[in-house]
Amino acid sequence: MIFEKLTASPEDLVRKRINRAPLPALATGLPWATIMLASMASFSPVIASAPVVPPLAYLMLLAWRMMRPGMLPVWAGLPLGLFDDLYSGQPFGSGIVLWSVTMLVLEVVDERFLWRGFSQDWLAASGLIAAYLGICALVAGLATGYPLPLVIGPQILLSLVIYPVVTRVVALLDRIRLLPLKRL
Amino acid sequence: MARPTDRRPGYSRRAQYGIFTGYVIAILGVVAGIVVLTVSLINPDAFSFARSAAAEVARPMGKASAESRATGQGVFAAIGAYFKAGQQNAELRREVDAARANAVSMQALEDENRRLKALLGIVDPVRRPVASAHLIGSSGASTRRYAVLDVGANDGVRPGQPVRAASGLIGRVIEAGPRTARVLLVTDPDNVVPVRRASDGLSAFVQGASDGRIDIRLINMGTNPVKKGDVFVTSGSGGLYPPGIPVAVATAPNRDGATGHLAADPADHVYVVVEQAFSAQARDDLQRMIEDGAKTAVEEP
Repeated sequence: MIFEKLTASPEDLVRKRINRAPLPALATGLPWATIMLASMASFSPVIASAPVVPPLAYLMLLAWRMMRPGMLPVWAGLPLGLFDDLYSGQPFGSGIVLWSVTMLVLEVVDERFLWRGFSQDWLAASGLIAAYLGICALVAGLATGYPLPLVIGPQILLSLVIYPVVTRVVALLDRIRLLPLKRL
Repeated sequence: MARPTDRRPGYSRRAQYGIFTGYVIAILGVVAGIVVLTVSLINPDAFSFARSAAAEVARPMGKASAESRATGQGVFAAIGAYFKAGQQNAELRREVDAARANAVSMQALEDENRRLKALLGIVDPVRRPVASAHLIGSSGASTRRYAVLDVGANDGVRPGQPVRAASGLIGRVIEAGPRTARVLLVTDPDNVVPVRRASDGLSAFVQGASDGRIDIRLINMGTNPVKKGDVFVTSGSGGLYPPGIPVAVATAPNRDGATGHLAADPADHVYVVVEQAFSAQARDDLQRMIEDGAKTAVEEP
């Protein structure tokens, strides 16, 4: 029942479409809210004793950025990375740097590769995710002063595999974002 | 997918400045991030106030999920128990018979132990736990291994206090907010726990490998007497962890020790107990013993 509702097109979900527009708060706020909520996923029932959970917030950021280029501003990495640092357990500041750099890199990718399909997007995301997790592990290793073993391999693989799923979820959220709920 | 067209805003000065400012802020973000990162690498506690404030905000969410986790585990355990009821019944019967015999000999040993300790004048310190808590969150995506408790400074939790579950050591508190506390798990590479082998007191230390397993390193190098299945408990040296808490079970001996798995996996435990730091306890007991000794010395003559 709920599933049918989720997969329905916006036309079926909202009866009246004439004289309606998306809610501005939802249209601009939903990407920010969902990325921040994904940052808080560490307060989940899973108490992991090894780093196995993919960095959901980062995947969410990539997915939103790839799906709607230009909707998140270039500087979005600064506040969102700061928020992620509060919950990720990484040394404070690594999120700010890496997320800001990610937004800039994606800007360059947009400039260089004008026509891309999903597979190219996935490839770009794969490179970024692998680099992100690698640098995160390196920074954490610096903080502990302990040579870090290759524990992030499974995590990287899982993140790459789960990226298309996250993209689908973001696509779903994008539909919700643009529901015509506001009466003009 | 074509690239969006709004990158080149034409002659609109306002739009041009907007884009330019965006890039400036993004690059400032990188620079500021590097500065903040350097500060937090040099002084890891520098931003603990922000983290504990954030944990306070997320506390209700984590608490709800911890309770749902407890219920979920209970349900699965109950379902699993039905499938294995017959076999389990027979096994348990056997175990109870064996345990009954053990219990009698334990009783005798305990009596003897008490008698001998009384003879030597040793007073066993009573360790009263500070608080019992839920684990409400963990750093699942990071190679640093932290967990968050739903008790904090208001409940008497202070940095440095050891955290244990029923079956073994979980970690130690490193940051305490008003109603939440951050725990450095035993699997974090930063957490080094002095241990001894339960069977013969062979001393070693345990360091996290941040992949869920831990390294057991012997203090005396040379021949490696560790065998698969050896249990290591805290030795109490260093004064932080009380002695006798199970920490690790060796699984794969190597040249200078072994890799092992945790005695208490935080994922299996809904409730944990925060205990007093052992050294403070020891100091208090010492203080009390000195006072008692002074009292008896006064009374005696």
